[in-house]
Amino acid sequence: MNRGEGKLSVVVDRVDTITPMIKRFSFRARDGGELPRFSGGAHVIVEMPDGEILRRNPYSLMSDPADPSRYAISVRRDEAGRGGSRFMHEKVREGMELTISMPVNMFPSDRRARKHLLLAGGIGITPFVPHILELAAAGAAFELHYNVRTREQGAYAEDLARRFGDRVHVYETDLGEGFDLDAILSDQPLGTHLYVCGPKGMITDVIGRASEFGWPGQNVHYEEFLAPQPGKPYQVELARSGITVEVASHQSLLEAIEAAGVDAPYLCRGGACGQCETAVVSCDGQILHNDHYLTDEEKASGEKIMVCVSRFEGRRLVIDR
Amino acid sequence: MTIVFNEETFRDDFTFRNSPVAIKRFPFPFHEDRYMYSVNIEPHVKTAPGSVYEHAFDVDEHYVAEMRDRELVLAEDPLRCQSLPHMELAGWDLLELIMTSKAEDYPDLFELYRDGDSWRWINRPLGIDDSFTFGDASTLPYGPMEYITRQTQGDFALLDQRDGNLWMDAGIVTTQADWSLDFDIGMNFFEWHGPVPLAHDMRVFERALKFLLNLQHGKPARRLNWTMTINPRLDTSPENYHKWGTDRATVTPENVGNLVHLRVELQTFWRLPRSNAIVFPIRCYLIKMDELVTVPKWAKRLHRVLKTLPPELIDYKGLSRYHGMTVEWLSRYDDGSPTSPGFFPDDWQDFQR
Ligand code: FES
Repeated sequence: MNRGEGKLSVVVDRVDTITPMIKRFSFRARDGGELPRFSGGAHVIVEMPDGEILRRNPYSLMSDPADPSRYAISVRRDEAGRGGSRFMHEKVREGMELTISMPVNMFPSDRRARKHLLLAGGIGITPFVPHILELAAAGAAFELHYNVRTREQGAYAEDLARRFGDRVHVYETDLGEGFDLDAILSDQPLGTHLYVCGPKGMITDVIGRASEFGWPGQNVHYEEFLAPQPGKPYQVELARSGITVEVASHQSLLEAIEAAGVDAPYLCRGGACGQCETAVVSCDGQILHNDHYLTDEEKASGEKIMVCVSRFEGRRLVIDR
Repeated sequence: MTIVFNEETFRDDFTFRNSPVAIKRFPFPFHEDRYMYSVNIEPHVKTAPGSVYEHAFDVDEHYVAEMRDRELVLAEDPLRCQSLPHMELAGWDLLELIMTSKAEDYPDLFELYRDGDSWRWINRPLGIDDSFTFGDASTLPYGPMEYITRQTQGDFALLDQRDGNLWMDAGIVTTQADWSLDFDIGMNFFEWHGPVPLAHDMRVFERALKFLLNLQHGKPARRLNWTMTINPRLDTSPENYHKWGTDRATVTPENVGNLVHLRVELQTFWRLPRSNAIVFPIRCYLIKMDELVTVPKWAKRLHRVLKTLPPELIDYKGLSRYHGMTVEWLSRYDDGSPTSPGFFPDDWQDFQR
């Protein structure tokens, strides 16, 4: 492996339609070698050359961490989104070459846990697939509860249930099913760690209930994929580069900065890691903070903006980039 | 490049020495005539062939002797190597990183053969040829971290990442400038940095922590740190203070050149892929003043750096006893002429050829 690159050239090895909404893509290394190892919960950023625009979206890896020959991701088609998932669904075919980032893990398991309790909703299942494979291989105790609309949509439910039997519980919400959070939370051995990934409402519920049940904060982990929200177009002045960029309504500020040819750091592109934090030089208007990295006080102070997900409304914004 | 390994000691009779080649490639840490504290982190990429930055893990003429010294330290004090149970996977990560790097960088010294989880590792300088099952610690004579770091120069800290912090949950520390693994094990980033008096600016630490938390696999980083040591003693640990603390009082104007050593740590930072832990290798390089002044640029520069070093830094680095004598001694090698910019000796280009 070459030190310092941080990017991987891959070839799309297979595209599987799991449901009308979900496709799975598998990648292998373009040079035919092994892909870097990763840990359960890791994501990669997929670069999508979509005409004039270079999109970059994060997706959780859902392949087996023990198998370095392939990576797999699942993409849920989001009609209202900014176009990344539509690009993946419509344009990406077997044999196509893509550039992806090295894996980054912001949702790892805590290896000190006596038991791992995993709660998933919908496409939130993806990071848990490698988690489960990793935990099972290490002989660790785990339990998955997975809410999905219909069994048909429960993309990976069948497979997991077949392999891991009574450690996997699937609920069809269209049939009025769903996991009984209170029962699950109240019946866990001391030293259990809880992981939740799914729609925002579910994450909020689970975190809230866990804290009411007295779960220590360090034992509760979540991953929320924050897609940059569309909004009204606006202008931003980049003080250091001496240019002004236009942010279109379906573009993030980070994407607009990149499109202008200015290098900006990032890792998650989802408002979680803090890597894209940028100082605000002056602001006449309102920053719409969409991240969950900055504290409430930092957001209120208006001194920083996470350019991967946050936007601006008002007269003039100048940032230190 | 063939390396001839030195027969030398880092204790008792202190026969450690640097060959002319080792002197030229010494990681001299000052790029200008004045020392300014900075975080100075840069990507750990292949640079300057022949230098200590060329390979992921530098192997030099001191390799065999340093490994022998490590063995002595561990035999006396096994607590210098510790690993909390959840860190074993990180140990395998580290073993994989070092074995694959060394086999690629030094094919005449190290060989690695892999067939799935069946691995064979040949270390020629140390006369090791072991076959084992990757992931199964019972097939190695030690745990994976200890096994590979008994064959790799430098101390190692393995940091677990959780709760937005880093935890020093495993490590091997036998060549350390005054810190203790036994004291720091299980501590988080802020706790183990507790007793640093100068960098009390919390924001420096917060920035450093954020940098490490976001460190990416495949993008290692490095920085240099420096201090001075009397005698080429690798093990200047708090546990052994009674052995080395008194060394400082033995410096006289006559023996500065032989006793006073510049001690440079090449610190690197790596994200480990299977465990998501970070490994922080700290590699120590020593050079005595007599050797250092054979590079005229460094003699002048070190003289100027030490002369202008702020008193609180002299104190913090523990140089007070012999700082004045060393500056005086070095002044003989400084004619006041300007020095060229950068770290490397002026004849570095010729050396590389
Ligand atoms: S890139 Fe991670 S918070 Fe913006």
